[in-house]
Amino acid sequence: MTYKLTHLKELESESIYVLREVAAQFERPAILFSGGKDSIVVTYLAYKAFYPAKIPFPLLHIDTGHNFQETLDYRDALVKKLGAQLIVGSVQESIDKGRVKEEQGYNASRNRLQTTTLLDTIEEYKFDACIGGARRDEEKARAKERFFSHRDEFGQWNPKNQRPELWNIFNGKKNVGEHFRVFPISNWTEMDVWQYIYQEGIEMPSLYFTHERACFERDGQWLAAEPCMRLKPTEQVVTRRVRCRTIGDISCTGLTLSEAHTLEDIIEEIAATRVTERGGRADDKRSETSMEDRKKEGYF
Amino acid sequence: MNTKGYLDMELLRFTTAGSVDDGKSTLIGRLLYDSKSIFEDQLEAVEEASRSRGNEEVNLALLTDGLRAEREQGITIDVAYRYFATPKRKFIIADTPGHVQYTRNMVTGASTADLAIILIDARNGVVEQTVRHTFIAKLLDIPHIAVCVNKMDLVDFSEERFQAIERDYREMMRKMNCDARLYFLPISAKYGDNVVNASDRAPWYAGPTLMGLLEGVQISHKAGEEGEPLRMPVQYVIRPISDKFPDYRGYAGRLAGGVLHVGDRVRILPSGLESRVKAIMQADKSLEVAHTPESVSVLLEDDIDISRGDLLVGADSPQPVVGQQFRMMCCWFNEQPMQLRKRYIVRGATSECIGMVSQIEYRVDIHTLESVEGDNMLKMNDIACVNLRMASPIAFDSYTDNRATGSLVLIDPDSFETVGAGMVMNV
Repeated sequence: MTYKLTHLKELESESIYVLREVAAQFERPAILFSGGKDSIVVTYLAYKAFYPAKIPFPLLHIDTGHNFQETLDYRDALVKKLGAQLIVGSVQESIDKGRVKEEQGYNASRNRLQTTTLLDTIEEYKFDACIGGARRDEEKARAKERFFSHRDEFGQWNPKNQRPELWNIFNGKKNVGEHFRVFPISNWTEMDVWQYIYQEGIEMPSLYFTHERACFERDGQWLAAEPCMRLKPTEQVVTRRVRCRTIGDISCTGLTLSEAHTLEDIIEEIAATRVTERGGRADDKRSETSMEDRKKEGYF
Repeated sequence: MNTKGYLDMELLRFTTAGSVDDGKSTLIGRLLYDSKSIFEDQLEAVEEASRSRGNEEVNLALLTDGLRAEREQGITIDVAYRYFATPKRKFIIADTPGHVQYTRNMVTGASTADLAIILIDARNGVVEQTVRHTFIAKLLDIPHIAVCVNKMDLVDFSEERFQAIERDYREMMRKMNCDARLYFLPISAKYGDNVVNASDRAPWYAGPTLMGLLEGVQISHKAGEEGEPLRMPVQYVIRPISDKFPDYRGYAGRLAGGVLHVGDRVRILPSGLESRVKAIMQADKSLEVAHTPESVSVLLEDDIDISRGDLLVGADSPQPVVGQQFRMMCCWFNEQPMQLRKRYIVRGATSECIGMVSQIEYRVDIHTLESVEGDNMLKMNDIACVNLRMASPIAFDSYTDNRATGSLVLIDPDSFETVGAGMVMNV
């Protein structure tokens, strides 16, 4: 009788293996925690990987200052529950210190500014590995990303000279000043993430479920009408029943019209959808290779 | 399908090697498109990009070629991973470029694959590239090979042509001494025949479609069967040092072979110390039994010295070889050639030590598959049989017995780049 392993079991096992490799190979790793579903799943996997010890990494949140309040509340409650350390890097502070310049105009976003804050925070705390929730199915540049992704002294990714990654052998060796980005859930898809959340009964931020929200439509995309968003004269604020498919900075988080109340509803909705989740991300639409360009600069 | 159905799927990893000329990108595009795995915004983006490049037809290669340089030069640089699922299975494709100079990428993509798709142009039959791809599939010990004879529409779906190619291919496999399970499919990626939907243009063919094969082929966690040698490389020692768990020592690792039970007698290598399994933990859940490739944390009855890099094996299982010298097949990845007697870092699943290549027995000419003797260095993409010597003893299996405990990489101690891969032979 052949033993059958479900895909979720296999993916979980692989991710836990990667997280343990990080703990074994690096001195100062951190989990990049955004409050989105992917970083929530990574944090949950880290909890499982090291139980009954505490997660041996702090959570690092790069706060654009334009986060949904629900995200911040969820983050604080989770940190308390896990007894984890939270480190916040503030984009507002980077702006105040003159490290970055705020974008202007209607489509201004602090999304790209995060990179400087992130790299400054990595340097300040001397993190040598930052664990992220990026998945290869998200975007075509990410499809070529390694589990252990090397970054040079400037935090840059060099996609043409990546280290070959064979079997389950991960090479985290580096010179002084360099660091790694590690992506334990590289092989998961959006569907896998939700199925896993459902299977494990992981508590999720309310933003992922349908709720009434003041929003407006821009270029065929629903956005939240929060104070940090500048509306064009023609744009009307209306109330809609929406949910987030991905959660990031308010300025680039597209809202989906949805009636999904439960995790089962969300899974059914994703099974039927014909648009990728990053289809709702304004930051990816700037050019054909905008993700690659941001990644080379040191983005998540 | 209900939510429960989604939770009960298996995962198949497969690799495709080939060039655009073979219709590889078209085949992947076809698999994704006909299984409804391409989303509207992805298709729109590709249509738009095709138009702006002056391509008349939608160029499905743009779905996989994501980097700026690839799009500009119309080539595939690196291994790209693609994901799709049907109601039966979830799939991971490691899509690798087929050019000669990218042997290292094919090796990388093949290292985790359960199945390889080899594409043959029905007009050209078995060519040098077919031999090369098959050799790499054999080298990496991929258990299943699906030989897709593509562009059958251009040979009028001729049964004779198909059979002649099958004969040639089997003959080549015999010479190569390759025992992978073979499947032959007459397809047309361009028109979709026998890819996802069965074709009525080849009535003489009674086998499955490619998708049917991918959904049905047995996934060989071959090292994971009951009775197979028990292996678990120790990754990390979990020590909470808390009031609630004062003496807890959990040996964390991912099972690489066999089945682990509470009560099993186990041996730690290279020390040879023995103990018995007291508990198997997965987070706060205590298990009676765990299978390959699950990640677990193991508690032992005795307090013995175990650390990262040790290999936990069944005391009654066939034992790996503990030694300081091995023969292995080596694939070189770096522009800096491999030098004899230069010190490299040898990294196994979790173990690490200093080592050197003391001798190159022969190099395999990837075009003719002939053995070439007398080399004293290896260049990028070379594949050779070498002798490896290590500064301290490490436990290894033969690669063909266990992919996880029979493989290693070489790391340059100056640049820290991964410069080579090794597959241990006949231990």
